[in-house]
Amino acid sequence: MNNKMKETGAPQKRPQMARDRRQFLKISGLTLAGTGLLILGCDSDDDISTPTDSEIFDLGSGDLGILNYAYALEQLEAAFYEAVLDGSYWAGANATERQVLEDLRNHEVIHRDFFRTAISSVAPSSQVLPELTFDFSAVDFSSRDAVLQTARTLEDTGVAAYNGAGQLLSDPNYLLLAGKIVSVEARHASNIRDLINPGSEDFAGDDILVSLQGNGPAYDRATPPSQIIQAVTDTGFITTPFTANNLPTS
Amino acid sequence: MNILDIVKNFGNEDLMRKTGSRRESFAKLSGLGKDFAKIAVPFGIFAAGTKSSFAATATQTMVTPTDVLNFALVLEYLEADFYRRGIQAMNAGNISDEDRTAFELISRHEDDHVSFLEDALGSNAVPEPTFDFTAGGAFDPFNDYAQFLVLAQAFEDTGVRAYKGQAGNLMSDNTLLTYALQIHSVEARHASLVRRLRGNKGWIEGDTNDSPVPMAAQPVYAGEDNTVQGGVDLAGMFDAFGGNDAVTASYDEPLSMSEVNAIASLFIS
Repeated sequence: MNNKMKETGAPQKRPQMARDRRQFLKISGLTLAGTGLLILGCDSDDDISTPTDSEIFDLGSGDLGILNYAYALEQLEAAFYEAVLDGSYWAGANATERQVLEDLRNHEVIHRDFFRTAISSVAPSSQVLPELTFDFSAVDFSSRDAVLQTARTLEDTGVAAYNGAGQLLSDPNYLLLAGKIVSVEARHASNIRDLINPGSEDFAGDDILVSLQGNGPAYDRATPPSQIIQAVTDTGFITTPFTANNLPTS
Repeated sequence: MNILDIVKNFGNEDLMRKTGSRRESFAKLSGLGKDFAKIAVPFGIFAAGTKSSFAATATQTMVTPTDVLNFALVLEYLEADFYRRGIQAMNAGNISDEDRTAFELISRHEDDHVSFLEDALGSNAVPEPTFDFTAGGAFDPFNDYAQFLVLAQAFEDTGVRAYKGQAGNLMSDNTLLTYALQIHSVEARHASLVRRLRGNKGWIEGDTNDSPVPMAAQPVYAGEDNTVQGGVDLAGMFDAFGGNDAVTASYDEPLSMSEVNAIASLFIS
């Protein structure tokens, strides 16, 4: 159909991504807004001072903090795919791509709403992350490349985030839940990457996998919340400030 | 042959106490000292309701991190051998090599997972069993590409469920738990790809309808139709967002050791 036209307009290969750990999370082709609206106080070497304003939500500590952290990421993913489905690329995409992105929207909405319900059932409302607001103005939702590359980054980031958070959970039931979700995020990442570069190794490519103990690259990343939150902050997508001052680190 | 017998027969006390340079490398790798913490989860819990021959005898046995790693190693041996032979069959022209790029990558990953687990286990690593991918004559994957794809999908989806089911048994060791998670999601990337090669969605909707496999392989998807997550029944709550198909696809479900055993042991001579 119009696939050929799209391919002509698209770069043959996606831009080479630096292998730098910090770099992988950043979205290629986007200006990183760096609004500073999401205020962090997690790193001691971070110049941003910790806000004392009690109006700013803190994710909390222990398992609750990790659940709120996952809820924030799921809110971001769900909001992104909702915007994708409102955009003109999706409206004109082929049936396969429309279905994939609609499924991803559905799954992330389900994850998001599940976390809200689950956290609300174990914590007072004052400790449940509020609904965040988002600014996706940096993403051109009429562009297949922009949509798929942002999706790839979000899905890969989700995988690395859940993998990194697993060891921070103390309740095995929450660990199992995280496990149930992370493999679905990995299934998403594989599919999005294959849409970007069909028939290639990218579904589990050397650009995203790492080596362990000299074996590989054959392993997904496991990234701690501080790095994930920094990377997500750098995208400028989240405009509601919150802090992550009390998350477990081991 | 039975995976659980392999794991437990090998992981006896004498072997567990063996020392050596590879054993040391595991201690370093895992951050553990000399002895592995026993985790107070009897196999019997996992075996409840199954017909596994293991279930009857193993009720008293504890699952150690070593057991978990050996269990994973047997599954990785299985996958690695399957893809190695699959690529040989492609080279020989016995099956299509239209997806060679993907399968060569997956094969490399499984080989890496094997060597990683072997290194981690050192002298405690179980030896590789002999596999029969015809399952006694039921399949012919190295002469029939469609069957190769069916088994690849079944092995990858089983691998995802198997690692997921063992995460809780590694909670005593953050390093091992994280390594297992880092493998788990790569298996999911593979599974998604192989499913799409077969014209399926990359995710699992319900327990059968989106994953057509022969009857013998149906246990791979048993329980994937679960809609209760964290005590919340999500059934019927997302009609505007894909309904229960999307609810079940949003969560991959675990398999117990004995459930995985029932699937994988079909392919162990």
